[in-house]
Amino acid sequence: MAAADKTIHEHALAWHAEGRRLAIATVIETWGSAPQPVGSQLLIDEKGNFEGSVSGGCVEGEVIARAADVIATGKPQLLTFGVENEAAWQVGLACGGTIRIYLEPLR
Amino acid sequence: MEITHLEAIAAHRKKRRPVALLTWLESGRSALLTKTDLASSSLAAPLSPALVDALESAFRRDRSMVVTSEAGEVFIHVFNPPLRMVIVGAVHIAQALAPMARRAGYEVIVIDPREAFATEARMPGVELLTRWPDEAMAEIAIDPRTAVVVLTHDPKIDDPALVAALEAAPFYIGALGSRRTHAKRCERLRAQGISESDLARIHAPIGLDIGAEGAVEIAHSVMAEVIATLRGRHAPALPQPE
Repeated sequence: MAAADKTIHEHALAWHAEGRRLAIATVIETWGSAPQPVGSQLLIDEKGNFEGSVSGGCVEGEVIARAADVIATGKPQLLTFGVENEAAWQVGLACGGTIRIYLEPLR
Repeated sequence: MEITHLEAIAAHRKKRRPVALLTWLESGRSALLTKTDLASSSLAAPLSPALVDALESAFRRDRSMVVTSEAGEVFIHVFNPPLRMVIVGAVHIAQALAPMARRAGYEVIVIDPREAFATEARMPGVELLTRWPDEAMAEIAIDPRTAVVVLTHDPKIDDPALVAALEAAPFYIGALGSRRTHAKRCERLRAQGISESDLARIHAPIGLDIGAEGAVEIAHSVMAEVIATLRGRHAPALPQPE
């Protein structure tokens, strides 16, 4: 087939069909230098398996950890990561940018 | 986000219809609408004029964004039709370029009437059309989300491909060949009635000036030139013929 590599949405549909419970994180805003553009997505299942990315790997761990809550509660979360963030030393962006992420359940 | 929205986005994508998913960040509510919905007055949920303006701009610039409305922040997630690369010539450079383009999110179509070249074994994972480019390209919608890369070096194949590309509106047209080859090609195309302004739309010699040697490096310089053109950057191209 001519298709480009599988999209995050195709993964999401396949995982959903397997009965896995899912959350999806989307980069909704960026300031300064950010490795992934607005609209980039990270798909996470209840076991912490993931596909895609929302940064250069800097904040994925934190987003995946929070995805478990989002899947359990069904409530979306807005997350901001950046160098000025208190948690920057743990999950800051090495590139010096700031990103805002919307993390929501997929159902 | 709802699975039904994902299914709808996939269906629109397949039909190359631009679509946007709106998410109201406070409530988590979402709505999906196509660019055509926006133009018609048949919207299920009426949107404020400011939101309609923002949507139009988001589609045009292919940029997803957060806007503030009366109902709080709204994230506009634009899904324009997938990028596509039509490669004419299942040659060595095409073998390197096709997987690169796929990784960058392009659908890849390779056209080559020479069946010895256009084989599944040589070009795995792409749509192969073993027909003459003018016929094959008439069937593919060469739209502003499409790049056309012409690589055979053979005027019998390259020239009709370029004429077909110039009649359409791809965002990028590039043709392999030295400056001398391209100057001769321009002569032939002029004789077919192609205007100077159309000839100027062809990136030739193809690729950015990165000192590329060999098929793989040339493929990188072509991919980079396609990206720069899509993003509206003026990166250093190889010198055009006088």
